[in-house]
Amino acid sequence: MTEHGFEHPDVIICPGGPLLLRGDHVVEDADGVAHETRRPVSAVCRCGKSADQPWCDGTHKVLPARDRP
Amino acid sequence: MLLPKARGELSEALFEALRSETGEVGSLHLRPTDQDDAHIALWAMYELHYAGFEDVDDELEWDPDVLGLRRLLERDFEAGLRSRHTATTLDEPFAEGLFAYVADHDGPSLAAYVQRTADREQVLELLRHRSIYHLKESDPVAWTVPRLPTAPKAALIELQYDEFGGGDPNRLHAHLFALGLEASGLRADPYAYIDDVPVEILELNNAMSLFGLHRRLRAASLGHLAAFEATSSLPSRRMAQGLARLELPQEMIAYYEEHVEADAVHEQLAVRTICGALVADEPHLVDDVVFGAFTCLDLEDRYAQRMLGEWEAA
Repeated sequence: MTEHGFEHPDVIICPGGPLLLRGDHVVEDADGVAHETRRPVSAVCRCGKSADQPWCDGTHKVLPARDRP
Repeated sequence: MLLPKARGELSEALFEALRSETGEVGSLHLRPTDQDDAHIALWAMYELHYAGFEDVDDELEWDPDVLGLRRLLERDFEAGLRSRHTATTLDEPFAEGLFAYVADHDGPSLAAYVQRTADREQVLELLRHRSIYHLKESDPVAWTVPRLPTAPKAALIELQYDEFGGGDPNRLHAHLFALGLEASGLRADPYAYIDDVPVEILELNNAMSLFGLHRRLRAASLGHLAAFEATSSLPSRRMAQGLARLELPQEMIAYYEEHVEADAVHEQLAVRTICGALVADEPHLVDDVVFGAFTCLDLEDRYAQRMLGEWEAA
């Protein structure tokens, strides 16, 4: 808690993992295809290895530490 | 829904008393015959706090004798769970430490077996067993909400809002599983298969109710949630691939595909914004977070060992 209240960022970068997005957004993937978020918080892939692009599918956890974002 | 079948002397006497109009449980001084007997009795007493039973008077939910018997069984259960757990100091920072603790736990994988090896009958058996929890998915941890300080409370609801479909009943996870069961030719009414499940499934479910219903164990409840979510995304992908290999219905595959994506979010929330906020507020609770996480992983291991043992012997 800070003097202004609780921290509640719109975007959270998870070390070694995805980027969390709060709220409604449209995310364009690497092929230029637009994807609408459809849950209160969405996890965007940062390691590039997810089979569910642009969303995280947990694959970063099986990568060697040096290949994690 | 009616009471399940008794599995020993204690559950036999308890269920008879619960069904009687007077519900006189006070005279029960029996010890459970075995773990099956203890856990079906405990499961049924917990169920009085969820949907209840048609053949049990709703008044008995708060009957002091029922609560007293429940407490006796819970003490044994919790002592057994704690005796299996070795206290561990997590690496810093907390979130990375908890993720590493879960990742370092090495156990047998039912999902890998389903992905490559299981036959259709084995998968249907697994779905029947999983139905006991998945048809009330996320309900036990909902008991924990009012026991939390501001930041972890808001964070838990952020996760649970997604579990409960973001306000849309069509997307509620328990409902998605019910659709999958129906499409697979299985029964989707709650606990239709309770008499068929092994004791390990009863233990899995009872642990979540134990943690959820006791404010004292609120941190274990959240630690359990964190480990559950952190071991869900990749196994759910394997489950979906196994179900597709066996040509099970799309509704059941969709349930697991939904969990690939949802739980990749939920694991981050559970570890960082929920457990992380709790231990920031109440640092002494970190040991119980780890105990809850261990219990989730340990009970899943025991269930997986049993099923893989049975299937591989067949």
